[in-house]
Amino acid sequence: MTEYLSLSLILFTIGAVGVLVRRNAIVVFMCIELMLNATNLAFVSFSRQTGNLDGQVAAFFVMVVAAAEVVVGLAIIVSIYRTRRSISVDDASLLKS
Amino acid sequence: MITFWTLAPLMVISALGLLFVRKAVHAALCLAVVMISLAVLYAALDAPFLFAVQIIVYTGAIMMLFLFVLMLVGVDTEDAVKETIGGQRWIAVVLGLAFGITLVLAIGQTVAGAVIGLNAANGNGNPYGLAELLFGKYVLAFEFTSALLITAAVGAMVLAHKERLDSRPTQADRAAQRMRDYAATGRHPGNPPTPGVFARHNAVDTPALLPDGTAVDHSISPSIVARGQVRDGYDDDIVTLKRQLDGDDSDDSLGGEK
Repeated sequence: MTEYLSLSLILFTIGAVGVLVRRNAIVVFMCIELMLNATNLAFVSFSRQTGNLDGQVAAFFVMVVAAAEVVVGLAIIVSIYRTRRSISVDDASLLKS
Repeated sequence: MITFWTLAPLMVISALGLLFVRKAVHAALCLAVVMISLAVLYAALDAPFLFAVQIIVYTGAIMMLFLFVLMLVGVDTEDAVKETIGGQRWIAVVLGLAFGITLVLAIGQTVAGAVIGLNAANGNGNPYGLAELLFGKYVLAFEFTSALLITAAVGAMVLAHKERLDSRPTQADRAAQRMRDYAATGRHPGNPPTPGVFARHNAVDTPALLPDGTAVDHSISPSIVARGQVRDGYDDDIVTLKRQLDGDDSDDSLGGEK
């Protein structure tokens, strides 16, 4: 079980670094999805470790929330692109003045 | 275990590709590889229902949505390389490494004990066991997800909807605008040439040629230019012909034809 958890943690770390490093808003979003997937893997492997299905139900709920989040997030990215003609996360800094 | 050790390196490499590839479409492909491999791992972890859901929801719906939005906002939007916060990249990498190593060490030390396995819990079949939990113990959370999904659908519609503030320009407006542009900048008021005019091929990636043989760059769609798929309209026409006329047959690309 430890190796599955280690893989999940490695994927989560890569996703977290990607969120910090990448500039393209869509790629940042993909990195967030990678982190959610990594937690799902941890849920499923813990479910096998403890021998009940609650972990799989939790992973299922994470998938539902991720689907909703992607829909709203991509709609926000599209509307930002429409007004600013750019999807770089550095350009959306109006509040900084 | 063979499944795991085959897929785990592939997944880590693909996930690292997400950090290093320059084009967003390639990042999407890397993420798709990770998601499909995860689905196979779910199957190996006695979760056949999640295996199907992962493929249908993630690689089917979510990755399609990502690619759809990528095509919508244009594949030519380049990634800015300038750092707005000095040294952010290195700080992020160091922090990420520290975070990952800490977590792996902590997990390695804390998670122990025998793996119970899901043979008992999956006794009536995995979907049956999940449904029993979902519609029994977690039925309230399940109901809330329906509210969440409806809110997300409405939110996406509201965010992506564009209100038209002025009336749509008519054909007369467009013609007047073209003449104004001609007066101001001298831009030709007629139709621009379509790709392939006077060139050897009439495909969309071949620019039209002016009478003197120079290529008209704006006769090609900008997205083809951004992808770097433009064919030099006269590279295989005039240049080759000139070489043949000059008797320069040293070029090996002509060797077969002679």
